[in-house]
Amino acid sequence: MSYQKPKFRHPDLAVNELGFTKADYEGSLSTLCAGCGHDSISGSIIRACHELSIPPHKIAKLSGIGCSSKSPAYFLGKSHGFNSVHGRMPSVVTGAAMANRDLLYLGISGDGDTASIGMGQFAHVVRRNLNMVYIVMNNGCYGLTKGQDSATADEGSVSKKGDPNLFAGIDLAGLALQLGATFVARSFSGDKEQLIPLIKAAMTHRGFAIIDVISPCVTFNNNPESTKSYEFFRDHAEATGTVDFVPMREEIKTRYPAGSTHEVTMHDGSVIRLHKTSQHLDPFNRVSAMRVLDEHRIKGDILTGLIYLDKNSQELHDVMQTSQRPLNELSEDDLCPGNRLLKNINAALR
Amino acid sequence: MTARVKSLQSVNDFVIKFANVNGTGSASANKLFAKALFRMGLPVCPKNIFPSNIQGLPTWYEVRVSEKGYLGRRGGVDIVLSVNPQSMAQDIKEIEPGGYFIYDNTKPLDLRLIRNDVTMMGLPLTRICNEQYKDPRQRQLFKNVIYVGALAALLDIDFAVLTALVADQFKGKEKLILPNIHALELGHKYAKENFDCPIGIRVQKSDKVGDKILIDGNTALGLGALYGGASVVAWYPITPSTSVVDAFEKYAKRVRIDPGTGRKNYAIVQAEDELSAIGMVIGASWNGARSFTATSGPGLSLMSEFLGLAYFAEIPTVLFDVQRAGPSTGMPTRTQQSDILSAAYASHGDTKHVLLFPSTPKECFDMGAQSFDLADRLQTPILLLTDLDLGMNDNMSEPLEWDDSKEYDRGKVLSADELDKMEKFGRYLDVDGDAICYRTYPGTHPEKGAFFTRGSSRNEMAVYTEKGEEYEENMHRLMAKWETIKEYVPGPEIILCGKEADAAVLYFGTSEESSREAVDYLADEGVNLNAMRVRAFPFNKEVENFIDEHERVFVIEQNRDAQLRTLLMAEFELGPDKLKSVLCFDGTPISARNIRKQILQLLPGNNVTPLYPEKVASGAGDKA
Ligand SMILES: Cc1ncc(C[n+]2csc(CCOP(=O)(O)OP(=O)(O)O)c2C)c(N)n1
Ligand code: SF4
Ligand SMILES: [Mg+2]
Repeated sequence: MSYQKPKFRHPDLAVNELGFTKADYEGSLSTLCAGCGHDSISGSIIRACHELSIPPHKIAKLSGIGCSSKSPAYFLGKSHGFNSVHGRMPSVVTGAAMANRDLLYLGISGDGDTASIGMGQFAHVVRRNLNMVYIVMNNGCYGLTKGQDSATADEGSVSKKGDPNLFAGIDLAGLALQLGATFVARSFSGDKEQLIPLIKAAMTHRGFAIIDVISPCVTFNNNPESTKSYEFFRDHAEATGTVDFVPMREEIKTRYPAGSTHEVTMHDGSVIRLHKTSQHLDPFNRVSAMRVLDEHRIKGDILTGLIYLDKNSQELHDVMQTSQRPLNELSEDDLCPGNRLLKNINAALR
Repeated sequence: MTARVKSLQSVNDFVIKFANVNGTGSASANKLFAKALFRMGLPVCPKNIFPSNIQGLPTWYEVRVSEKGYLGRRGGVDIVLSVNPQSMAQDIKEIEPGGYFIYDNTKPLDLRLIRNDVTMMGLPLTRICNEQYKDPRQRQLFKNVIYVGALAALLDIDFAVLTALVADQFKGKEKLILPNIHALELGHKYAKENFDCPIGIRVQKSDKVGDKILIDGNTALGLGALYGGASVVAWYPITPSTSVVDAFEKYAKRVRIDPGTGRKNYAIVQAEDELSAIGMVIGASWNGARSFTATSGPGLSLMSEFLGLAYFAEIPTVLFDVQRAGPSTGMPTRTQQSDILSAAYASHGDTKHVLLFPSTPKECFDMGAQSFDLADRLQTPILLLTDLDLGMNDNMSEPLEWDDSKEYDRGKVLSADELDKMEKFGRYLDVDGDAICYRTYPGTHPEKGAFFTRGSSRNEMAVYTEKGEEYEENMHRLMAKWETIKEYVPGPEIILCGKEADAAVLYFGTSEESSREAVDYLADEGVNLNAMRVRAFPFNKEVENFIDEHERVFVIEQNRDAQLRTLLMAEFELGPDKLKSVLCFDGTPISARNIRKQILQLLPGNNVTPLYPEKVASGAGDKA
């Protein structure tokens, strides 16, 4: 079901540093079901990009196939988008990022798109530490094909269809940690307070940043017996703490009690402030992050917030030593060695 | 031992086959042999016939020498140089009557193998090595060099040419030069002292090579991609395509390093599989870098879904398919031209792709580079199809050449300025009437030119649509673009025999050399045939006219199902009678004698058309 966006806008709609209003970051009208978690995530993406003052044309948004993967049409209308094939967005982003390292790559995927058909590509894009933000709109089901259980559905979780899921769910945050992801977070579509700063932090991270966002499918998987429902989430979520994102030009004002707050300066000079509430988690230690995540999972709880951050992350271009100039800007002079070299090559082949 | 049949006599015209064990270092010695003949001015055509294995199985190296310049397989073997007892029985059987069998006689030959119509010549290779060398690896390696030395005496190869080649080969490793020359001399001396040298088959200096080079197609193709401006390479290893990327990387390391920073002006990603490899190519091309992948049949199958996306969303995509014998794993180290249909129509729905069929390393280079211009201009996948025979064997080729005044054709891409001057941008609007639309790269303009690329149906403005008319309109435009494409792809090469001919041969890729030779044989027998080499799909008008002008066309190809013939019939709506198939699919390159034989059988008046003509091609023991 579609809904009509109100045309009326508040007259003093805030403009960001670039002079853009939030509307400049919106996309076309959503055709997802009213109340779909995915639309809320789109809203948070719009706000995060607006508040970060990212020039819209410097973002490329790419996705696979699914309701979730349709979302890029509904935000960032001034950005180039690419709705590719089911489960293969990571490879398309990899190629795109190799071609032009200067854009910000935002990949949108679903739990089916990532954890089933796209599992191979997901694993390898994590492993390569591609410089991108990877958001999984995780509803535990295949929305677009009408609600089949997905591989992130928890064992015993019951969707609208009524049959309990027989297999253990894949925890994408845990998997990403295992595969070496350098930024791992989890959030909830309905929790903008948490999600927006996480998206901002992910966008300033240099390397692969995944946010596994629980995003209820109101049509097929939002009944109370489903572990991906609003209700279940409300009862079982536990946050690692809160995250503040301080853009690089802004002065840090508030002071927090020592010990509970970590400040991380990101690649572009922005600062993330992490106010921990979990005593056990050290978000800069992969082993600690894996352990705490597992403990929550075993209890049946959902750990949200920033789970892990590698402050020394080296993204794929760093590792591969590719030119600082985007490869797609190289001219024929840079690319073509000319006939002289061929003469030498020919001579060596006689 | 003297043969009862008269021994073969020829100068500069023979086929020799080396029977080795793989993993024993024979390849470089055999190449030394072929290169020496090449340096003596003789056209040579070496072919590696190797197993899908790393060590211990039979491997062969066949060298055709032809003063007339026939570079395809002739069929039949005149001399076998055998150092592999495993395949000896089969190798002896293959020799032409009057031919020569040169073998390691350290151990006595099984008497049952002796043929009276073949000259059997023993070289005590293992014994000589055991006497000369202590290290087992040296014994193995030098054995190969020793037989090359012996062949030099037996065939009258200029010894100075050989020693000069050894010096070239070990430039930088000078310590190895003398031992190698010594090994050559050992063989040479033994042959001189024990046989009447030269034997009936011999060589002499000629001038038939000119400025030609010896290069494998994959190296030429990798270089073509480098010259064509590819900067993002994504691939997954598969024989016989791997060396395309190896070659690209080898030269990119030399010429694509930024002098100021030492950083790379290219990126090579070894993908997790072929789905990913083609996805990366599509992503990079979408973003304005020239990009390619190289693969073979199984990889092509995996890439099929993405190829449909690239066709429908109109994203330039370059794919090099070095074909091997399928289906499935088939014979992964043997050659075939059997991906024609799966490449032409790769993917579900109504799709058709541009195919290029190079037949020489020079064409691999030229068409390899041209692929990127075509992809950018035509905004569609370009599939260049070579095969193992061309890709992995050294071929005598015209030298590679680049016109420095030429500029890349980046196709219809709008700059920020152009977008500023435009009233309206629609990604799929046919502004120029050639059915090719304008595109933009991400990041070009702050306000204009952004669009959503998708594999789902969309209208001219790139907006999602499920309206049947809009979908149809777009599909019609893609067909109109197909017509435009015909103007851009390389046309056929036609060779008229100069006499009245109502029949013709049609071939492509590596069937070229053998086909031309077969046409010459048949002309000597009074059968006049015109010839056409198809170089691309879609076929243009010239191809159609040529077929129309002949009553019967023999379509020569290296697969079971006559795939090019099917494509011709489908595209030109031809009946089955006009096009007759000449096929070979046993995994070895098609030979001239085989083609001749099949055509003779198919000629009108000869009613014994075999039910399965391909059986003739691959009939046991008859590779002729
Ligand atoms: C190769 C292929 N197989 C199957 C489909 C059908 N399909 C479309 S979306 C989808 C599942 C999407 O699930 P998910 O990624 O979780 O997205 P959601 O709709 O739940 O947001 C499937 C199986 C397809 N498009 N392509
Ligand atoms: S089916 Fe589910 S996932 Fe898809 S739009 Fe509706 S609510 Fe969202
Ligand atoms: Mg889902």
